[in-house]
Amino acid sequence: MSIPQLLVHDHEDNVGVVVVENLTAGTNMTCVVTHDDSDFELTCSNDVPIGHKVALRDMAVGDTVVKYGEDIGKVVAPITKGEHVHMHNLKTKRW
Amino acid sequence: MSQKIMAYRRKNGRVGVRNHVVILPLDDISNAACESVANNIKGTMALPHAYGRLQFGEDLDLHFRTMIGTGANPNVAAVVVIGIEPEWTNIVVEGIAATGKPVTGLSIEQRGDIATVAAASRVAKDYVHWATELQREECDISELWISTKCGESDTTTGLSSCPTVGNMYDKLLPEGIYGCFGETSEITGAEHLCEARAANPEAAAKFMTIWKSYQDDVIEAHKTSDLSDSQPTKGNILGGLTTIEEKALGNLEKIGRSSTYIDALGPAEEPKKGKGLYFMDTSSAAAECVTLMGAAGYVIHTFPTGQGNVVGNPIVPVIKISGNPRTVRTMSEHIDVDVSGILRRDMTINQAGDALIDMIARTANGRNTAAETLGHREFVMTKLYRSA
Repeated sequence: MSIPQLLVHDHEDNVGVVVVENLTAGTNMTCVVTHDDSDFELTCSNDVPIGHKVALRDMAVGDTVVKYGEDIGKVVAPITKGEHVHMHNLKTKRW
Repeated sequence: MSQKIMAYRRKNGRVGVRNHVVILPLDDISNAACESVANNIKGTMALPHAYGRLQFGEDLDLHFRTMIGTGANPNVAAVVVIGIEPEWTNIVVEGIAATGKPVTGLSIEQRGDIATVAAASRVAKDYVHWATELQREECDISELWISTKCGESDTTTGLSSCPTVGNMYDKLLPEGIYGCFGETSEITGAEHLCEARAANPEAAAKFMTIWKSYQDDVIEAHKTSDLSDSQPTKGNILGGLTTIEEKALGNLEKIGRSSTYIDALGPAEEPKKGKGLYFMDTSSAAAECVTLMGAAGYVIHTFPTGQGNVVGNPIVPVIKISGNPRTVRTMSEHIDVDVSGILRRDMTINQAGDALIDMIARTANGRNTAAETLGHREFVMTKLYRSA
Protein backbone atom coordinates (compact mmCIF):
# COMPACT_ATOMS: atom_id res chain seq x y z
CA MET A 1 0.00 0.00 0.00
CA SER A 2 1.19 3.53 -0.72
CA ILE A 3 2.09 5.91 2.13
CA PRO A 4 -1.20 7.13 3.63
CA GLN A 5 -2.08 10.82 3.68
CA LEU A 6 -4.64 10.48 6.48
CA LEU A 7 -4.63 8.36 9.64
CA VAL A 8 -7.75 7.61 11.68
CA HIS A 9 -7.46 6.12 15.19
CA ASP A 10 -10.74 4.16 15.44
CA HIS A 11 -13.72 3.15 13.33
CA GLU A 12 -16.08 5.26 15.48
CA ASP A 13 -14.06 8.42 14.69
CA ASN A 14 -15.55 11.09 12.42
CA VAL A 15 -12.22 12.89 11.85
CA GLY A 16 -8.76 11.82 10.68
CA VAL A 17 -5.29 13.41 10.82
CA VAL A 18 -3.25 14.55 7.83
CA VAL A 19 0.21 12.97 8.16
CA VAL A 20 1.95 14.35 5.07
CA GLU A 21 3.18 17.84 4.24
CA ASN A 22 1.81 20.08 1.46
CA LEU A 23 -1.54 18.32 1.05
CA THR A 24 -3.58 20.28 -1.47
CA ALA A 25 -7.34 20.61 -1.97
CA GLY A 26 -8.78 17.95 -4.24
CA THR A 27 -6.27 15.25 -3.32
CA ASN A 28 -7.80 11.81 -3.25
CA MET A 29 -6.26 10.60 0.03
CA THR A 30 -5.39 7.08 1.06
CA CYS A 31 -6.72 6.82 4.62
CA VAL A 32 -5.75 4.14 7.16
CA VAL A 33 -7.53 3.24 10.40
CA THR A 34 -4.63 2.50 12.77
CA HIS A 35 -6.77 0.26 14.98
CA ASP A 36 -6.82 -2.55 12.36
CA ASP A 37 -4.87 -1.14 9.39
CA SER A 38 -7.97 -1.11 7.19
CA ASP A 39 -8.01 1.57 4.49
CA PHE A 40 -10.38 3.73 2.46
CA GLU A 41 -10.25 6.76 0.20
CA LEU A 42 -11.44 10.32 0.77
CA THR A 43 -11.04 13.57 -1.18
CA CYS A 44 -10.03 16.59 0.90
CA SER A 45 -11.69 19.90 0.07
CA ASN A 46 -9.02 22.27 1.44
CA ASP A 47 -5.24 22.66 1.61
CA VAL A 48 -4.68 21.09 5.04
CA PRO A 49 -1.36 21.34 6.96
CA ILE A 50 0.30 18.23 8.38
CA GLY A 51 -1.21 17.30 11.75
CA HIS A 52 -4.55 18.98 11.09
CA LYS A 53 -7.87 17.16 10.95
CA VAL A 54 -10.23 16.34 8.08
CA ALA A 55 -13.91 15.40 8.50
CA LEU A 56 -14.87 11.86 7.43
CA ARG A 57 -18.56 12.78 7.12
CA ASP A 58 -20.94 15.75 7.18
CA MET A 59 -21.59 17.17 10.65
CA ALA A 60 -24.14 19.68 11.94
CA VAL A 61 -23.76 22.34 14.64
CA GLY A 62 -23.99 20.67 18.05
CA ASP A 63 -22.75 17.28 16.82
CA THR A 64 -19.97 15.59 18.76
CA VAL A 65 -16.58 15.18 17.11
CA VAL A 66 -15.12 11.76 17.86
CA LYS A 67 -11.41 10.83 17.81
CA TYR A 68 -9.72 7.89 19.61
CA GLY A 69 -13.34 6.66 19.81
CA GLU A 70 -13.91 9.46 22.36
CA ASP A 71 -15.67 12.83 22.54
CA ILE A 72 -13.20 15.65 21.71
CA GLY A 73 -15.69 18.54 21.52
CA LYS A 74 -18.70 19.99 19.70
CA VAL A 75 -19.26 21.25 16.16
CA VAL A 76 -19.78 25.06 16.14
CA ALA A 77 -20.09 25.61 12.36
CA PRO A 78 -21.46 23.15 9.77
CA ILE A 79 -18.83 20.73 8.44
CA THR A 80 -18.89 18.81 5.17
CA LYS A 81 -17.13 15.54 4.46
CA GLY A 82 -13.49 16.16 3.42
CA GLU A 83 -13.33 19.60 5.08
CA HIS A 84 -10.58 20.92 7.40
CA VAL A 85 -11.69 20.64 11.07
CA HIS A 86 -10.07 23.05 13.56
CA MET A 87 -10.71 26.12 15.73
CA HIS A 88 -13.22 27.60 13.24
CA ASN A 89 -15.71 24.72 13.49
CA LEU A 90 -14.81 22.67 16.62
CA LYS A 91 -14.81 23.75 20.28
CA THR A 92 -14.20 22.10 23.64
CA LYS A 93 -17.22 21.12 25.74
CA ARG A 94 -15.24 22.11 28.86
CA TRP A 95 -15.10 25.71 30.04
CA MET B 1 14.31 -9.48 28.88
CA SER B 2 16.56 -8.48 31.80
CA GLN B 3 18.74 -6.17 29.73
CA LYS B 4 21.97 -5.04 31.43
CA ILE B 5 23.20 -1.45 31.66
CA MET B 6 26.38 0.11 33.06
CA ALA B 7 25.42 2.64 35.71
CA TYR B 8 26.32 4.07 39.13
CA ARG B 9 25.06 2.20 42.17
CA ARG B 10 24.67 4.62 45.08
CA LYS B 11 25.06 3.92 48.78
CA ASN B 12 21.29 3.70 49.27
CA GLY B 13 21.04 1.02 46.56
CA ARG B 14 19.51 3.26 43.90
CA VAL B 15 20.92 3.28 40.36
CA GLY B 16 22.03 6.53 38.70
CA VAL B 17 22.99 7.10 35.06
CA ARG B 18 24.95 10.35 35.51
CA ASN B 19 27.57 11.34 38.04
CA HIS B 20 27.10 15.05 38.67
CA VAL B 21 28.76 17.09 41.41
CA VAL B 22 26.11 19.71 42.06
CA ILE B 23 26.48 23.17 43.61
CA LEU B 24 22.96 23.76 44.90
CA PRO B 25 21.68 27.18 45.96
CA LEU B 26 19.13 27.07 48.77
CA ASP B 27 17.73 30.39 47.57
CA ASP B 28 17.81 32.89 44.71
CA ILE B 29 20.38 35.17 46.34
CA SER B 30 22.89 32.32 46.66
CA ASN B 31 22.89 31.68 42.89
CA ALA B 32 25.87 33.99 42.30
CA ALA B 33 28.09 32.19 44.81
CA CYS B 34 27.11 28.78 43.40
CA GLU B 35 27.85 29.90 39.85
CA SER B 36 31.26 31.20 40.97
CA VAL B 37 32.10 27.82 42.51
CA ALA B 38 30.99 26.01 39.34
CA ASN B 39 33.19 28.36 37.34
CA ASN B 40 36.19 27.72 39.61
CA ILE B 41 35.89 23.94 39.78
CA LYS B 42 35.55 22.14 36.46
CA GLY B 43 33.30 19.11 36.56
CA THR B 44 30.74 20.72 38.85
CA MET B 45 27.39 22.21 37.94
CA ALA B 46 25.44 25.02 39.64
CA LEU B 47 21.63 24.80 39.62
CA PRO B 48 20.46 28.42 39.82
CA HIS B 49 16.74 28.96 40.43
CA ALA B 50 14.35 31.75 41.33
CA TYR B 51 13.04 31.00 44.83
CA GLY B 52 13.71 29.97 48.42
CA ARG B 53 13.01 33.13 50.42
CA LEU B 54 9.97 33.95 52.57
CA GLN B 55 8.08 30.85 51.55
CA PHE B 56 5.85 29.13 54.09
CA GLY B 57 3.48 26.21 54.62
CA GLU B 58 2.94 23.72 51.79
CA ASP B 59 4.85 25.95 49.38
CA LEU B 60 7.94 25.87 51.62
CA ASP B 61 7.57 22.10 52.07
CA LEU B 62 7.58 21.72 48.29
CA HIS B 63 10.67 23.93 48.03
CA PHE B 64 12.58 21.78 50.51
CA ARG B 65 11.29 18.57 48.90
CA THR B 66 12.50 19.76 45.48
CA MET B 67 15.92 20.87 46.81
CA ILE B 68 16.51 17.73 48.85
CA GLY B 69 15.13 15.41 46.17
CA THR B 70 17.32 16.96 43.49
CA GLY B 71 20.43 16.53 45.62
CA ALA B 72 19.36 13.01 46.61
CA ASN B 73 18.73 11.93 42.98
CA PRO B 74 21.00 8.97 42.08
CA ASN B 75 22.31 10.89 39.05
CA VAL B 76 24.08 13.16 41.56
CA ALA B 77 27.31 11.91 43.18
CA ALA B 78 27.92 14.71 45.69
CA VAL B 79 26.48 18.11 46.61
CA VAL B 80 27.64 21.45 47.99
CA VAL B 81 24.67 23.47 49.28
CA ILE B 82 25.02 27.23 49.65
CA GLY B 83 22.33 29.33 51.35
CA ILE B 84 22.12 32.83 52.74
CA GLU B 85 21.72 31.57 56.33
CA PRO B 86 22.63 28.28 58.04
CA GLU B 87 19.29 27.02 59.37
CA TRP B 88 17.40 26.32 56.14
CA THR B 89 20.70 25.37 54.47
CA ASN B 90 21.12 22.62 57.06
CA ILE B 91 17.61 21.26 56.46
CA VAL B 92 18.59 20.63 52.83
CA VAL B 93 22.02 19.23 53.77
CA GLU B 94 20.53 16.78 56.28
CA GLY B 95 17.87 15.67 53.83
CA ILE B 96 20.46 14.87 51.16
CA ALA B 97 22.84 13.26 53.69
CA ALA B 98 20.20 10.60 54.44
CA THR B 99 21.12 8.99 51.09
CA GLY B 100 24.69 8.45 52.35
CA LYS B 101 26.25 10.62 49.65
CA PRO B 102 28.81 13.35 50.41
CA VAL B 103 27.17 16.73 51.07
CA THR B 104 28.41 19.94 52.66
CA GLY B 105 26.51 23.14 53.45
CA LEU B 106 27.87 26.68 53.64
CA SER B 107 26.08 29.91 54.44
CA ILE B 108 26.91 33.40 53.29
CA GLU B 109 25.81 35.70 56.17
CA GLN B 110 28.73 37.05 58.24
CA ARG B 111 31.17 35.56 55.75
CA GLY B 112 30.33 37.12 52.37
CA ASP B 113 30.32 35.68 48.88
CA ILE B 114 34.11 35.63 48.38
CA ALA B 115 35.07 33.63 51.47
CA THR B 116 32.07 31.33 50.97
CA VAL B 117 33.04 30.67 47.37
CA ALA B 118 36.64 29.94 48.41
CA ALA B 119 35.60 27.43 51.09
CA ALA B 120 32.95 25.83 48.88
CA SER B 121 35.40 25.56 45.98
CA ARG B 122 37.85 23.54 48.09
CA VAL B 123 35.10 21.11 49.12
CA ALA B 124 33.81 20.89 45.54
CA LYS B 125 37.32 20.14 44.24
CA ASP B 126 37.65 17.19 46.63
CA TYR B 127 34.19 15.95 45.59
CA VAL B 128 35.15 16.04 41.90
CA HIS B 129 38.31 14.03 42.54
CA TRP B 130 36.27 11.48 44.49
CA ALA B 131 33.33 11.31 42.05
CA THR B 132 35.50 10.97 38.96
CA GLU B 133 37.01 7.78 40.38
CA LEU B 134 33.59 6.14 40.84
CA GLN B 135 33.09 3.38 38.28
CA ARG B 136 29.99 2.35 36.38
CA GLU B 137 28.96 -1.19 37.20
CA GLU B 138 26.56 -3.70 35.69
CA CYS B 139 22.97 -3.06 36.72
CA ASP B 140 19.65 -4.24 35.34
CA ILE B 141 17.50 -1.98 33.18
CA SER B 142 14.63 -2.90 35.53
CA GLU B 143 16.36 -0.87 38.27
CA LEU B 144 15.77 2.40 36.41
CA TRP B 145 13.18 4.97 37.40
CA ILE B 146 11.81 6.38 34.11
CA SER B 147 9.40 9.32 33.97
CA THR B 148 7.47 10.84 31.07
CA LYS B 149 5.82 14.07 29.99
CA CYS B 150 5.11 15.29 26.47
CA GLY B 151 5.50 18.82 25.15
CA GLU B 152 4.57 20.98 22.18
CA SER B 153 2.22 18.14 21.36
CA ASP B 154 0.28 17.90 18.16
CA THR B 155 -1.88 15.23 16.61
CA THR B 156 1.21 13.20 15.66
CA THR B 157 2.17 12.72 19.33
CA GLY B 158 -1.09 10.87 19.99
CA LEU B 159 -0.53 8.75 16.88
CA SER B 160 3.17 7.95 17.31
CA SER B 161 5.53 9.29 20.01
CA CYS B 162 3.12 9.00 22.99
CA PRO B 163 2.11 5.39 22.19
CA THR B 164 5.84 4.67 21.75
CA VAL B 165 6.38 5.65 25.39
CA GLY B 166 3.27 3.64 26.30
CA ASN B 167 4.70 0.58 24.57
CA MET B 168 7.98 1.03 26.49
CA TYR B 169 6.03 1.18 29.79
CA ASP B 170 3.96 -1.89 28.86
CA LYS B 171 7.26 -3.75 28.35
CA LEU B 172 9.47 -2.36 31.16
CA LEU B 173 6.96 -1.93 34.01
CA PRO B 174 6.46 -5.71 34.23
CA GLU B 175 10.28 -5.97 34.41
CA GLY B 176 10.23 -3.88 37.60
CA ILE B 177 10.97 -0.26 36.70
CA TYR B 178 9.35 2.72 38.42
CA GLY B 179 7.33 4.87 35.98
CA CYS B 180 5.76 8.31 36.38
CA PHE B 181 3.34 10.48 34.40
CA GLY B 182 1.67 13.74 35.47
CA GLU B 183 0.37 16.97 33.89
CA THR B 184 -2.77 17.44 35.99
CA SER B 185 -4.41 20.14 33.85
CA GLU B 186 -3.71 18.23 30.66
CA ILE B 187 -5.63 15.14 31.74
CA THR B 188 -8.80 17.24 31.46
CA GLY B 189 -11.08 15.64 28.92
CA ALA B 190 -9.69 12.18 29.64
CA GLU B 191 -9.92 12.25 33.45
CA HIS B 192 -12.53 9.46 33.39
CA LEU B 193 -10.10 7.26 31.41
CA CYS B 194 -7.23 8.16 33.73
CA GLU B 195 -9.36 7.37 36.78
CA ALA B 196 -10.12 3.97 35.25
CA ARG B 197 -6.41 3.20 34.82
CA ALA B 198 -5.75 3.20 38.58
CA ALA B 199 -4.62 -0.15 39.99
CA ASN B 200 -6.80 0.28 43.08
CA PRO B 201 -9.72 2.44 44.29
CA GLU B 202 -7.45 4.46 46.63
CA ALA B 203 -5.19 5.55 43.78
CA ALA B 204 -8.23 6.40 41.63
CA ALA B 205 -9.77 8.49 44.41
CA LYS B 206 -6.48 10.26 45.10
CA PHE B 207 -6.07 11.09 41.40
CA MET B 208 -9.62 12.45 41.14
CA THR B 209 -9.16 14.58 44.28
CA ILE B 210 -5.96 16.09 42.84
CA TRP B 211 -7.56 16.68 39.42
CA LYS B 212 -10.75 18.20 40.88
CA SER B 213 -8.81 20.41 43.24
CA TYR B 214 -6.82 21.86 40.34
CA GLN B 215 -10.06 22.54 38.45
CA ASP B 216 -11.62 24.31 41.43
CA ASP B 217 -8.68 26.05 43.11
CA VAL B 218 -6.74 27.15 40.06
CA ILE B 219 -8.74 27.04 36.83
CA GLU B 220 -12.13 28.15 38.18
CA ALA B 221 -10.52 30.71 40.48
CA HIS B 222 -8.34 32.34 37.83
CA LYS B 223 -9.94 31.64 34.47
CA THR B 224 -10.81 34.33 31.99
CA SER B 225 -13.24 33.19 29.29
CA ASP B 226 -11.86 29.66 29.08
CA LEU B 227 -8.52 27.88 29.04
CA SER B 228 -8.17 28.20 25.29
CA ASP B 229 -5.21 30.52 25.56
CA SER B 230 -3.13 28.03 27.53
CA GLN B 231 -4.55 24.57 26.91
CA PRO B 232 -4.11 23.75 24.08
CA THR B 233 -1.06 26.03 23.66
CA LYS B 234 -0.53 28.17 20.58
CA GLY B 235 2.03 25.60 19.44
CA ASN B 236 -0.46 22.76 19.91
CA ILE B 237 -3.03 24.63 17.81
CA LEU B 238 -0.52 25.29 15.02
CA GLY B 239 0.15 21.54 15.08
CA GLY B 240 -3.53 20.75 14.57
CA LEU B 241 -4.80 20.08 18.11
CA THR B 242 -8.10 21.88 18.65
CA THR B 243 -9.46 21.04 22.11
CA ILE B 244 -8.16 20.04 25.54
CA GLU B 245 -10.10 16.76 25.26
CA GLU B 246 -8.21 15.87 22.09
CA LYS B 247 -4.89 16.83 23.68
CA ALA B 248 -5.62 14.81 26.84
CA LEU B 249 -6.49 11.66 24.88
CA GLY B 250 -3.18 11.87 23.03
CA ASN B 251 -1.32 12.61 26.26
CA LEU B 252 -2.72 9.53 27.99
CA GLU B 253 -1.37 7.30 25.21
CA LYS B 254 1.94 7.57 27.14
CA ILE B 255 0.80 5.05 29.75
CA GLY B 256 0.24 2.34 27.19
CA ARG B 257 -2.41 -0.32 27.02
CA SER B 258 -1.89 -2.57 30.03
CA SER B 259 -0.16 -0.36 32.62
CA THR B 260 -2.02 0.83 35.72
CA TYR B 261 -0.83 3.37 38.31
CA ILE B 262 -0.51 2.28 41.91
CA ASP B 263 -0.52 5.68 43.61
CA ALA B 264 -1.08 9.39 42.97
CA LEU B 265 1.80 11.49 44.30
CA GLY B 266 2.07 15.12 45.35
CA PRO B 267 4.57 17.26 43.41
CA ALA B 268 8.19 16.00 43.87
CA GLU B 269 6.95 13.30 46.27
CA GLU B 270 9.09 10.17 46.28
CA PRO B 271 7.14 7.03 45.31
CA LYS B 272 6.95 4.71 48.30
CA LYS B 273 4.71 1.84 47.20
CA GLY B 274 7.32 -0.17 45.35
CA LYS B 275 7.93 -0.78 41.67
CA GLY B 276 5.24 0.26 39.22
CA LEU B 277 3.65 3.29 37.60
CA TYR B 278 2.76 6.47 39.52
CA PHE B 279 0.71 9.56 38.68
CA MET B 280 2.22 12.83 39.95
CA ASP B 281 0.42 16.13 40.44
CA THR B 282 2.45 18.46 38.21
CA SER B 283 2.11 21.44 35.94
CA SER B 284 1.99 20.63 32.23
CA ALA B 285 4.83 23.12 31.67
CA ALA B 286 7.80 21.02 30.61
CA ALA B 287 10.63 22.38 32.78
CA GLU B 288 8.52 22.47 35.96
CA CYS B 289 7.26 18.94 35.42
CA VAL B 290 10.66 17.37 34.63
CA THR B 291 12.21 19.17 37.63
CA LEU B 292 9.53 17.73 39.97
CA MET B 293 9.94 14.20 38.63
CA GLY B 294 13.74 14.45 38.95
CA ALA B 295 13.28 15.59 42.54
CA ALA B 296 11.12 12.51 43.20
CA GLY B 297 14.07 10.33 42.18
CA TYR B 298 13.49 9.56 38.48
CA VAL B 299 16.78 9.22 36.58
CA ILE B 300 15.72 9.17 32.91
CA HIS B 301 12.91 11.18 31.32
CA THR B 302 11.17 10.20 28.07
CA PHE B 303 9.72 13.21 26.26
CA PRO B 304 7.46 12.86 23.19
CA THR B 305 7.17 16.04 21.13
CA GLY B 306 5.26 16.93 18.00
CA GLN B 307 6.02 20.54 17.11
CA GLY B 308 9.44 20.46 18.79
CA ASN B 309 9.84 21.27 22.49
CA VAL B 310 13.56 21.69 23.26
CA VAL B 311 13.50 21.25 27.08
CA GLY B 312 16.27 19.57 29.07
CA ASN B 313 17.15 19.15 32.72
CA PRO B 314 20.50 19.62 34.47
CA ILE B 315 20.59 16.25 36.25
CA VAL B 316 18.12 14.03 34.35
CA PRO B 317 18.77 13.10 30.71
CA VAL B 318 15.66 13.95 28.69
CA ILE B 319 15.17 11.64 25.68
CA LYS B 320 13.15 13.32 22.90
CA ILE B 321 10.91 11.21 20.71
CA SER B 322 9.11 12.62 17.68
CA GLY B 323 6.94 11.15 14.97
CA ASN B 324 6.30 14.41 13.12
CA PRO B 325 8.33 14.14 9.89
CA ARG B 326 8.54 17.93 9.53
CA THR B 327 9.90 18.38 13.08
CA VAL B 328 12.34 15.49 12.66
CA ARG B 329 13.64 17.25 9.55
CA THR B 330 13.65 20.89 10.70
CA MET B 331 14.77 20.26 14.32
CA SER B 332 16.85 17.10 13.92
CA GLU B 333 19.44 18.24 16.48
CA HIS B 334 16.79 17.99 19.23
CA ILE B 335 15.39 14.52 18.48
CA ASP B 336 16.91 11.34 19.95
CA VAL B 337 14.39 8.83 18.64
CA ASP B 338 12.72 9.34 15.24
CA VAL B 339 9.43 7.41 15.06
CA SER B 340 8.01 9.17 11.98
CA GLY B 341 7.94 5.77 10.27
CA ILE B 342 4.78 5.07 12.26
CA LEU B 343 2.92 7.71 10.23
CA ARG B 344 4.22 6.23 6.97
CA ARG B 345 3.14 2.79 8.24
CA ASP B 346 6.64 1.40 7.79
CA MET B 347 7.28 1.21 11.56
CA THR B 348 4.96 -0.39 14.12
CA ILE B 349 4.35 0.93 17.65
CA ASN B 350 5.99 -2.27 18.87
CA GLN B 351 9.16 -1.54 16.87
CA ALA B 352 9.12 2.08 18.04
CA GLY B 353 8.86 0.93 21.67
CA ASP B 354 11.89 -1.31 21.16
CA ALA B 355 13.82 1.60 19.60
CA LEU B 356 13.01 3.73 22.66
CA ILE B 357 14.11 0.98 25.06
CA ASP B 358 17.36 0.72 23.11
CA MET B 359 17.87 4.49 23.44
CA ILE B 360 17.07 4.32 27.18
CA ALA B 361 19.78 1.65 27.60
CA ARG B 362 22.29 3.67 25.56
CA THR B 363 21.46 6.82 27.53
CA ALA B 364 21.82 4.91 30.81
CA ASN B 365 25.22 3.65 29.61
CA GLY B 366 26.37 7.22 29.09
CA ARG B 367 25.23 8.47 25.68
CA ASN B 368 24.47 12.17 26.04
CA THR B 369 20.97 13.14 24.91
CA ALA B 370 20.30 15.87 22.37
CA ALA B 371 19.21 18.18 25.22
CA GLU B 372 22.42 17.48 27.17
CA THR B 373 24.68 18.14 24.18
CA LEU B 374 22.81 21.37 23.41
CA GLY B 375 23.19 22.58 27.00
CA HIS B 376 19.52 22.51 28.01
CA ARG B 377 19.55 22.68 31.82
CA GLU B 378 16.11 24.03 32.66
CA PHE B 379 15.71 23.76 36.43
CA VAL B 380 12.41 25.36 37.40
CA MET B 381 10.78 25.31 40.82
CA THR B 382 7.02 24.90 41.12
CA LYS B 383 5.51 27.67 43.26
CA LEU B 384 2.15 26.99 44.93
CA TYR B 385 1.39 30.59 45.99
CA ARG B 386 2.98 34.00 46.55
CA SER B 387 5.76 34.30 49.10
CA ALA B 388 5.18 36.21 52.35
